[in-house]
Amino acid sequence: MAEFRLPANSIVGKGKHYPAPEGATNTRTVKIYRYDPDSGKNPRIDSYDIDMDSCGPMVLDAIIKIKNEMDATLTFRRSCREGICGSCAMNIDGSNTLACTMALADIDGDITIYPLPHQAIIKDLVSDLTHFYAQYASVEPWLKSDSPAPPDRERLQTPEDREKLDGAYECILCACCSTSCPSYWWNSDRYLGPAALLASYRWLADTRDDATGERLDDLEDPFKLYRCHTIMNCAQVCPKGLNPAKAIAETKKMLVERRG
Amino acid sequence: MTNAYKIIDHTYDVVIVGAGGAGLRATLGMAAQGLSTACITKVFPTRSHTVAAQGGMSASLGNMGDDHWNWHMYDTIKGSDWLGDQDAIEYMCREAVPAVIELEHFGVPFSRTEEGKIYQRPFGGMTTNFGEGTAERTCAAADRTGHAILHTLYQQSIKHHAEFYIEHFAIDLIMVDGECKGVISLDLATGELHRYQAHMVVLATGGCGRTYFSATSAHTCTGDGNAMVLRAGLPLQDMEFVQFHPTGIYGAGVLITEGVRGEGGYLTNNEGERFMERYAPNAKDLASRDVVSRSMTMEINGGRGVGPDNDHCFLNLMHLGNDVIEKRLPGISESARIFAGVDVNKEPIPVLPTVHYNMGGIPTNYHGEVVTLKDGDPDTVVPGLMAIGEAACVSVHGANRLGSNSLLDIVVFGRAAALRAAELIKPGSAHKPLTEEDSAPILEHLDRIRSAKGSTGTAQIRDNMQRTMQKHAAVFRTGESLEEGLVKMRDIVDSFDDVRVDDPNLIWNTDLVETLELENLLCQAQTIIYGANNRTESRGAHARDDFEERNDDTWMKHTLAWTDEKANVSIDYRPVHMYTLTDECEVIPPKTRVY
Repeated sequence: MAEFRLPANSIVGKGKHYPAPEGATNTRTVKIYRYDPDSGKNPRIDSYDIDMDSCGPMVLDAIIKIKNEMDATLTFRRSCREGICGSCAMNIDGSNTLACTMALADIDGDITIYPLPHQAIIKDLVSDLTHFYAQYASVEPWLKSDSPAPPDRERLQTPEDREKLDGAYECILCACCSTSCPSYWWNSDRYLGPAALLASYRWLADTRDDATGERLDDLEDPFKLYRCHTIMNCAQVCPKGLNPAKAIAETKKMLVERRG
Repeated sequence: MTNAYKIIDHTYDVVIVGAGGAGLRATLGMAAQGLSTACITKVFPTRSHTVAAQGGMSASLGNMGDDHWNWHMYDTIKGSDWLGDQDAIEYMCREAVPAVIELEHFGVPFSRTEEGKIYQRPFGGMTTNFGEGTAERTCAAADRTGHAILHTLYQQSIKHHAEFYIEHFAIDLIMVDGECKGVISLDLATGELHRYQAHMVVLATGGCGRTYFSATSAHTCTGDGNAMVLRAGLPLQDMEFVQFHPTGIYGAGVLITEGVRGEGGYLTNNEGERFMERYAPNAKDLASRDVVSRSMTMEINGGRGVGPDNDHCFLNLMHLGNDVIEKRLPGISESARIFAGVDVNKEPIPVLPTVHYNMGGIPTNYHGEVVTLKDGDPDTVVPGLMAIGEAACVSVHGANRLGSNSLLDIVVFGRAAALRAAELIKPGSAHKPLTEEDSAPILEHLDRIRSAKGSTGTAQIRDNMQRTMQKHAAVFRTGESLEEGLVKMRDIVDSFDDVRVDDPNLIWNTDLVETLELENLLCQAQTIIYGANNRTESRGAHARDDFEERNDDTWMKHTLAWTDEKANVSIDYRPVHMYTLTDECEVIPPKTRVY
């Protein structure tokens, strides 16, 4: 009989419960995935009862409150707290989003927080995004132009041509989309995922860029692009309201059109 | 004890600390010129706070009407309330035009005019013809200009194969006999220490907005480079000048760009009055930021604030129409909805002056080289050390920065630093070996904090500091309140001896990092409040109720502030540069500042 073993650290145990401070009457429970690489132990779920009367409106406010007042070891990334830096992407209430723009009031019941799915975890809510960043770099997301730029002035671009970049350039590289994509979960070694493909499309759509052919050549591959099966989780979760799936579809269309 | 740390050694021609706009522009410039270059950053580059800049970057392109860099220079000097160094301001305003064109060539997705040129919008304090008309000078990518520029600069950096050390927290400079020889960082992912030896260390570590309770600044804006400079026995300059942005969202503190007013938005009080017409009859809502923030505060203090507590103002943009809001201001519509629950097409945004920018910082010349006052020479260059961006005080912003001059500052001086480094350093030249003693104090210091087992949590001390600064070094200041704040700050600084770090591990120890950041903030807060108490005049963002006038005879000079181990502050001064670099412009002598 074959023996099966689960991968290391895949069983999540029950962790510590931190009760609300005395006198708190309006409390909510926040359940957070904890993993401490130094301890050698499996991950656990700690639960914190927080006093809502002294808590800001967003999930990030809640976890900062926990770190400040209940458990300084809780570890997560955060920076701008206004939804533009993309640091605090995590899985909240079952969906990937930014903790800083997710209102506590929009979550029913206990607030459950996990790191972004299907990424190696470094500690607690901090996942390893090295591969995600490498895929971004692999699409060579910079302007490639054959014609020299005019020396003393800008390249010209009509407002209509500039508009083609709307919805493509605003990505904040938070990784919510890629790590919510089942196809990316299975094939992230070879499938580029929605974020990197959106970055690629941002240059395909830019009339100043001359490398369309080269970029499309590079994507014409059974895995890099075509593992998008229009599941649309990317568009569903994007905290900036972007639609990477549409950019991927446009890219596929460009490939079809080029075949003639 | 210090042997417990594994140290990985590196040598580079140059090491840049910080990967915001200034750090990235320097990094790619230095890498492109053949210098071996490393950039150390505590967050992934595109998460640096440049990403949050909204309104734009000033440059006298003249795409929307007549413009000239001389006019831009005049506006910047007037905006600085004559504390800016005029040689550096000339350099910045002249270089603005090629700098923004270079960014466009890099691929920044600027908004466009009908002719296909870079779109430019009006901004506070930006005028034509030396104060006569309103200039449209601020180059914009909708209201996400910082995001557009930062991402593009990162893309260029990967194109140039610059080496990054990402999520590395820089701990301290390695100083030997007054020269900077390198820097030590903590790799968050592994807990290992890295020691970089370099011919030049460039600090591009941003401002210290988090010294205050309510700031538009990110949690990571802790001015780590400024603090490293203080610990190296060097001074910070003009730290008392802290810019309050007029329009932070009430409560959340999130930024709403001045570009809203540039596009025609205006402020009102509880009587629905456009009160800026009274305070700045010409420029109105587009007066410079210090003027607008003070006017708002006076309205609120006069009982004319809006809301149940009459404690904020309204920013109106309903009249601009869907098209302008959608095309030019999509980002702030989103912010207003999320953080204030407001539909900007129908309702005004509740706003309050909020800490936004440090005009002060590490004193440098216009090449980005750090300078100090030594043996009577106020322009003594510190070998091996540069500072750029918000961390630096060149000083192009003087006592008050004009909106859209900071994206300009980071790009121009990031580039200037790269040009200077290429002049000074021969690629691949040999390094004199460092000794273990050179970095021993840094490791001991880290170890002391890491094993701190006191009784007060980091967050508690930080909260005490932020509330004290917010209360005692605010938009309006008085000697009495500042004195009181100084006494409180002394206690708070001392309470750091009793700090406690709960997380004992080295891997991704944010408890440790926040404690190191707090230590960094404390010494900077001291320089701010001490400098504010010391400067008995009102100039730019520093407004004293007990000294309401600007006093050029005594105070047209830069404050230099040093701190000792206990964060006691000592003060000296540097003269303001009242000269230009070329004869293509004239020195603008001080006069009364009216908008």
